[in-house]
Amino acid sequence: MAQMTLLQAINDALKTEMRRDNRVVVFGEDVGVNEGVFRATEGLTKEFGEERAFSTPLTETGIVGAAIGMAVYGLKPVPEIQFADYIYPAFDQVVSELAKFRYRSGGEYSCPVVIRTPYGGGIRGGLYHSQSPEAYFTHTPGLKVVIPSTPEDAKGLLASAIRGEDPVIFLEPKKIYRSVKGEVPEGEFTVPIGPARVVQEGSDLSIFCYGAMVEPCRLAAEKALEKEGIRCEIIDLRTLYPVDEEAILASVRKTGRALIVYEAPKTSGYGAEIAALIAERAVEYLEAPIKRIGGFDTPFPYTLEKIYVPDAIRIFLGIKDVMAFE
Amino acid sequence: MSSKSADIPNSAPLLRAMTDSTKAGQLPDGLTAQDLKQMYEGMVLIRAYDERQKKLQRSGRIGFCVTSTGEEATQVGIGHALQDQDWIFGYYRQYGMMLYKGAPITELADHLFGNRDDYAKGRQMPAHYTNRRLNFVSSSSVIGTHLIHAAGAAMAAKYKKDNAVITTFIGDGGTSANDFHSCMTFAGVYKPPLVIYIVNNQYAISQPVSKQCGAETLHLKGVGYGVPAVRVDGNDVIAVYNASREAFAKARAGEGPTLIELFTYRVGPHSSSDDPTRYRGNESDQWLSEDKDPIARTRNYLKSLGLWDEAYEAKIWKDAQNQVNEGTSGSEKKPEPDWNSLFEDVYAELPPALARQRDELIEQESEFPRQQEGEFPL
Repeated sequence: MAQMTLLQAINDALKTEMRRDNRVVVFGEDVGVNEGVFRATEGLTKEFGEERAFSTPLTETGIVGAAIGMAVYGLKPVPEIQFADYIYPAFDQVVSELAKFRYRSGGEYSCPVVIRTPYGGGIRGGLYHSQSPEAYFTHTPGLKVVIPSTPEDAKGLLASAIRGEDPVIFLEPKKIYRSVKGEVPEGEFTVPIGPARVVQEGSDLSIFCYGAMVEPCRLAAEKALEKEGIRCEIIDLRTLYPVDEEAILASVRKTGRALIVYEAPKTSGYGAEIAALIAERAVEYLEAPIKRIGGFDTPFPYTLEKIYVPDAIRIFLGIKDVMAFE
Repeated sequence: MSSKSADIPNSAPLLRAMTDSTKAGQLPDGLTAQDLKQMYEGMVLIRAYDERQKKLQRSGRIGFCVTSTGEEATQVGIGHALQDQDWIFGYYRQYGMMLYKGAPITELADHLFGNRDDYAKGRQMPAHYTNRRLNFVSSSSVIGTHLIHAAGAAMAAKYKKDNAVITTFIGDGGTSANDFHSCMTFAGVYKPPLVIYIVNNQYAISQPVSKQCGAETLHLKGVGYGVPAVRVDGNDVIAVYNASREAFAKARAGEGPTLIELFTYRVGPHSSSDDPTRYRGNESDQWLSEDKDPIARTRNYLKSLGLWDEAYEAKIWKDAQNQVNEGTSGSEKKPEPDWNSLFEDVYAELPPALARQRDELIEQESEFPRQQEGEFPL
């Protein structure tokens, strides 16, 4: 196994899948010769040529829409949207077209497009380079929404997304593109879309998180054990739709307490879905109210992003808060 | 708002065949007498289907319909040039090409009724046809979204080195939509085997072309994108065929896309929900005149070739009407799709949460079977 950053693992997945299947094509703004603004597509044009890895004109609508046409025709397009914040011009193509193609044609046509896009805060990107739009997409039937937090998962989940027959919104937590490293299996490797990952087991409280929030949750849990003797279980959801409901419910049944952590604005964020799921199906196991820690209901800030994005301190205080309920 | 909106600007002549380059009494290049009759009969079938749709809608047997009366030549002229491997990304008014490519009336009618055999399984309102066998791609109700899909499919066809041409269609109004711009940008940059048709039928629901676009003609929109464009008399079936044949040959030879503006008239309303007298008075009355109606024009041309007589006319109309009546009456009697199908095709495989929602409905339905709409069974 090789040590890789999250970004290298994504690049490795793209190369491996392009070698495996010549229907896989990669494109987006600056992904060709420039190899992507984050270098996620490094070496692709060199190895596979401009036919299969190329830069496009500056139109997100065009990128997603053309990907849809290619997929309907029989290719496996993996378009990149340079920042998730730029997906809104293509929002109509994603929710009205990509998500609905199979359903509206009665299964006559399918649309296996994987949209890769860096999302979230932590790189001083301000209002338009830091957003977390996952809830818009989990609210749209027809789409799968996947967010890796480790290099191994990034490679394995992306490969599964590309091999699948459904459209996938693959959100990459750019804050940890280079800061997280780990062992990644070489060659062909997949991680199934759906199952959550138990980051650590615990008996007192369940923390549900994903993407760049996994690491601060782990730090906060470490402090909670050290200072308060609280044993937290941490579940990295990995796939937001379809979400691993059974893993969430099993954890809550065990611990009786739930804390949900995400970067997007708190109101109507994805955490609300997890809270509702627990309330619907495991309320009798709860020993305390469910707590959500999210970003604030403001646009994403530039200078104050460290305050905006949940950090280990806020999460630690959240853990104490849930545990304090008698 | 006046009939001026439908006047043809003199500075941009229309390509014509039946009145200009072809002399009456002479077969056009590349078409046999049999071809011409087939095209005429194709247009008659579309009009007969439209008449039937209108009746079904007015009598409340289908909820909604879209007709293409006056635009039959745009569909048949193109349909005659298409090959089996070619694709169609249309909007709601291109079903005539499905008919011309041989789709049985029943297949179209099943969709109008949204019944058990509708390819779309009763999920779309009428006029959102799909047909995998004919490479006729399912469309959205959002205007213009399919244009860029067509560009992508054409890029894929080029990558796979298929000999396929991808066609796509948009009305005059749709050329204002964002996705038209994206489609033209991709067409100009990647030069895929794509033919983009602007079916300029003078009105986008109530908005005349002159209030839709500041340019004198719509085909000018090709220039800025580097896409060669022509402007064709859309009611001249031979001109439509000729322009298509030439564009398709170029596309197959790797010479890239073409934009074709088809100048035609939408004789009827935008849809069965629209009353065109509110915005264009009786302007459309003149649009079925002998010099504009594509069917009348073709009939006169056939006459000049000695290929037409009253008996032939009566026979093809009777055949078309019989075909339409039989096809639609069968569809009307079929039941609606099984309610279980509601949960199919959202994903390739049913996700657990959706399976649970289905199971809850199964339980409810078995406990409290639905009698009829509005009835409360408890």
